[in-house]
Amino acid sequence: MKNWSKSQTAIVALVGSWLIIFGIIPIVLLVITSFLGQHPIDFFTPTFSFESYRELFNRAYVDVLLRSMKFAAVTTLLCLLLGYPFAWLTGRLPGKYRNLVLILLMVPFWTNSLIRTYAIRMVLGKKGFINLFLLHTGIIDAPIRLLYTDWAVVVGLFYLMLPFMILPLYANIEKLDYRLVEAARDLGANFFYCFKRVVLPLTLPGIYAGCIMVFVPTMGLFYVADLLGGARQLLIGNLIKQHFLNAHNWPLGSAESVVLILIMAVMLAFYGFIVQRLSGKGGGV
Amino acid sequence: MADFVLTIRGVSKDFSGSPVLRDFDLEVAHGEFITLLGPSGCGKTTLLRLVAGFEQPDTGEILLGDVNLLDQPPEHRKINTIFQSYALFPHMNVFENVAFGLKLQGVKKKELNARVEQALADVKMNGLARRYPRQLSGGQQQRVAVARAVVNQPSVLLLDEPLSALDARLRRDLQLELKRIQRELGIAFILVTHDQEEALSMSDRVVVIEDGTIAQVGTPRQVYETPKSLYVAKFVGDINLFPGLISEQREDNVFLVSVQGQSLEVKAKRQLRAGQAVQLVLRPEDLRLGDAIEEGMPVFKGAVVERSYRGATLDTIIRLENGQTVQACEFFDEDDPDFDYNVGEKVEVSWVKGWEVMLPDEELV
Amino acid sequence: MKYLKIVYFTGIFVYLYVPIAIVVANAFNIDRYGLSWEGFTVQWFGMMINNAGLMEATRHSLVIAVLAASAATFIGALAAIGFSRYRFPGKRVFQGTLMTLMMAPDIILAIAFLVLFVMIGISLGFWSLLLAHITFCLPFTMVTVQARLNGMDPYLLDAARDLGASGFQILAKIIFPLLKPALFSSWLLSFTLSLDDVIVSSFVTGPAYDVLPLKIFSLVKVGVNPEVNALATLMIVLSLVIVLISQLLIKEGENK
Repeated sequence: MKNWSKSQTAIVALVGSWLIIFGIIPIVLLVITSFLGQHPIDFFTPTFSFESYRELFNRAYVDVLLRSMKFAAVTTLLCLLLGYPFAWLTGRLPGKYRNLVLILLMVPFWTNSLIRTYAIRMVLGKKGFINLFLLHTGIIDAPIRLLYTDWAVVVGLFYLMLPFMILPLYANIEKLDYRLVEAARDLGANFFYCFKRVVLPLTLPGIYAGCIMVFVPTMGLFYVADLLGGARQLLIGNLIKQHFLNAHNWPLGSAESVVLILIMAVMLAFYGFIVQRLSGKGGGV
Repeated sequence: MADFVLTIRGVSKDFSGSPVLRDFDLEVAHGEFITLLGPSGCGKTTLLRLVAGFEQPDTGEILLGDVNLLDQPPEHRKINTIFQSYALFPHMNVFENVAFGLKLQGVKKKELNARVEQALADVKMNGLARRYPRQLSGGQQQRVAVARAVVNQPSVLLLDEPLSALDARLRRDLQLELKRIQRELGIAFILVTHDQEEALSMSDRVVVIEDGTIAQVGTPRQVYETPKSLYVAKFVGDINLFPGLISEQREDNVFLVSVQGQSLEVKAKRQLRAGQAVQLVLRPEDLRLGDAIEEGMPVFKGAVVERSYRGATLDTIIRLENGQTVQACEFFDEDDPDFDYNVGEKVEVSWVKGWEVMLPDEELV
Repeated sequence: MKYLKIVYFTGIFVYLYVPIAIVVANAFNIDRYGLSWEGFTVQWFGMMINNAGLMEATRHSLVIAVLAASAATFIGALAAIGFSRYRFPGKRVFQGTLMTLMMAPDIILAIAFLVLFVMIGISLGFWSLLLAHITFCLPFTMVTVQARLNGMDPYLLDAARDLGASGFQILAKIIFPLLKPALFSSWLLSFTLSLDDVIVSSFVTGPAYDVLPLKIFSLVKVGVNPEVNALATLMIVLSLVIVLISQLLIKEGENK
């Protein structure tokens, strides 16, 4: 460090301290808080305790966790099934159409997610677009209840998270050397075989990256669950919000967050593992 | 004023364990045009960066006049560099690029404008002050790079292979330009190149570098006509080697040498002894074929393997009876303006008396 | 096969845009519940402007977005420069931190910030919100600037030093001017991320400083709200404008 110029020192000091204060310390504090004792009014008591973690094993909370993971899994799967063809086809488009498609994808993406969730609500409501359409065409006689159901929430989550699946997928697929596919076809592989043995393995890192970007964040989208699913505590995000903001139970909320962090860490580690195994196999990684 | 504008003493530099420069000594005179010549990896660019201040030597010192440059960062040294890729600032026009150093020094507007205009005139770029680098040709960019450097009136100007990106005709033109500018400004130029023709044509002195040390320092003529080692001889131009053996020493510096069974007297200012293996070094233009051979010179018989018309010369490759090949380069003149050879034609080969250079045979030493 | 492609793309885009289109359409619909088209009107826009609470929240969000984008762009650019040019202890840790900030779900960041602010005593309001927004935009600006930095001729910096420039002068006269396009797109990206944020804002702002997502949430919890439709329309238009501007910037960058 002795050879550093003044500007160098200034930059490293500024960036370093910002990242320490606002990046590292909050997470550390969060983990610490999960190990503190609970207090109904003062947020926490400064004693070391496992009670929050023990409470997590409570049937009710485990149910929420499992339910969240179910929602997240279904959403991720939907995003994958509908997003993969999108990413693939976009990657095959010629230049200017590709840009147009990506721009069209970006505009809703860059609109506030609350507003987009609200828009879904207008579509699904008893007096919403779908019901009006079905009534008008005579397919049904009375409006059906679409809102405040589990599926409404899934639709909403899917609506918000689709671009998060498409973008990493697209980044990966764009780097795919299409000549590998042509070589396989040339050697006699049909479409399905080609997909299974060539495309899928090579795009697996992209698929996985997309899943990571969708799965865990989905579990935190409490406002979607609130607006589209009603007052039930559907997702971990709802629980965390309730414990933090309403019940002033910080240790419990922190413990739930730590669980989320662990799930994320496991997925990331697995991703690193997959990437390592597949590196050197000619695909875009 | 110190005797030399730049003194490099005992400088060594390692990069990740491998030595790049070893115990390098060099003194550069005021206003001299000196070239560092060597193949890639020989350390010449490293030396330049050490002088400029972008790297620090592991041992030794570098003095600008009387001042030790050890603790001076590049921005404080009265030395400027012209980079291989010119490194013109793309977001500034020509004027702003050239004015950059002066502005940093706080030069007042009137003087700054005058000096920049003068520098641009020196490199013949006056009308193009408002253009941007991307609008300039390679040759023009190079001139702007020169102007940007010399306008700061450095004591020494460093040039890192400035002409390597240009085509042959442009290179020749710019070589002359650089020589002219250097002479007019009187600044010491240190040029780094791997092109020996460039080194020979532009420099007052040439430093031939081998593996991080100096193989030979001298005027272009000295380095070309009297190379001190086979390395230098091979690097600075094409050569023909005639292996021989010293039969006896006649007087000081005069030896009798036996080459392919023929004997001749050779002068050499070297410590050599009878029985020592040597190489006689001859440039292609030193050879004489057939009728052009002088009386008394040893004659080697061979056959033409290839001939090429080069406009001003006719170059031939000849395989001698003993199997070795030699290159000859003969000029067309009024006496014999149309000569040529057929492939396979038998010729006799010799050279101009006294033009050979005798070097100890390094491989057998 | 080609028709299948067209059908597929149309399907996805219809799905993405229809809900938004409905909101926009109803912003001009006299019928406040959007049941049927009753006629064109701009009255809801008028009512929206007169809704003091809504306007104040909008103003707050815009102020935060502008300030956070500017600060995040500046710090992110410095971070990119620092990471690409210097070696220093703990570099890996800092890079990892930035990656974590980028990938962590908003809710985790939100409560981590909340815990931090309460524990170090920053009251929840303008400052806590601003600091949080700057922080989660940081990785994105850094990555954007870094991409541009890597394409820059490294000898430009040597040349500047050679001509006498100190570290700060190099930053100001060479690096930042050349980074301009990346700085613009980073700013736009951060602005959008900040304006788009729902979760972090929910946690780290206080009653004194109301922001858009919270205000909208309270308005729409009960049902359809035409003023919100109007506001949403404006925000959608804003997104469109931003996307177009960033596209223009990319085009201009390619032309250089």
